Amino acid sequence: MTLPEQISNYLKQFTVGIAGCGGLGSNCAVALARVGVGRLIIADFDIVTEQNLNRQYYFHDQIGRLKVHALRDNIQRINPDVVVKAFDMKLCVSDVIELFSGCDVIVEAFDKAEMKQMIIETVITKMQAKPLIVGVGMAGWGRSSIIGARNSGNLFICGDEVSEVSDQLPVLAPRVGMVANMQANEVLEILLKDFRPTN
Amino acid sequence: MDIILNNRNESFDTDQLTINELLAVKNFTFKMLVVKVNGELVRRRDFDSSIVKNGDDVMVLHLITGG
Repeated sequence: MTLPEQISNYLKQFTVGIAGCGGLGSNCAVALARVGVGRLIIADFDIVTEQNLNRQYYFHDQIGRLKVHALRDNIQRINPDVVVKAFDMKLCVSDVIELFSGCDVIVEAFDKAEMKQMIIETVITKMQAKPLIVGVGMAGWGRSSIIGARNSGNLFICGDEVSEVSDQLPVLAPRVGMVANMQANEVLEILLKDFRPTN
Repeated sequence: MDIILNNRNESFDTDQLTINELLAVKNFTFKMLVVKVNGELVRRRDFDSSIVKNGDDVMVLHLITGG
């Protein structure tokens, strides 16, 4: 097997939970599907709109569909070996515990600060051993070099930690894509910690 | 006291600070944030009573809408 095949084969054993399927979640999920993560558990309550298409991994002919169903289709067109569990729901504390307790890593991909706080507090207090990768601060354009990654125990933080979305500062594909792919990259670093290539 | 704040060493001319005092001194002004001290979550209602002291490892994260 080539090295990419070995990596893909190794990643089959893992499950990653993705909370939210907007700019962060849809792009992160696609990156993880491409490298071969075995199971993705995705959750979102929203539908695809035309305004989403400037940054989220959906297509024009998917407008009006549930994001979790559209994303499952897109993932399976890219890599049919990935098992996708799609949950059409707005997550609360007990949902986070129930849906994601079997995951190896959880990706926080919500839009609202309140929801980011909810999942961070839930994981820190009730699922302490579970790595959680959050995306914080990615609105606007340019300023690539201030986007970073840091961690505090099992909490991994990707983003610039300052750029809040507003009427003057929309979230656009390049920067949210950078943070989403950084989150996927942190997931890979965790999952591949004990990976040893053969020959 | 000397503490670790967001993975960096920081010194203060005082023996201890409450979480709210620390946030004010370091200009953490956002409405939404998560604070961990030595790995444990500190709830907002405890920001005036919870004490940061010499040697503590503190993480403060601003929560920012967008994603």
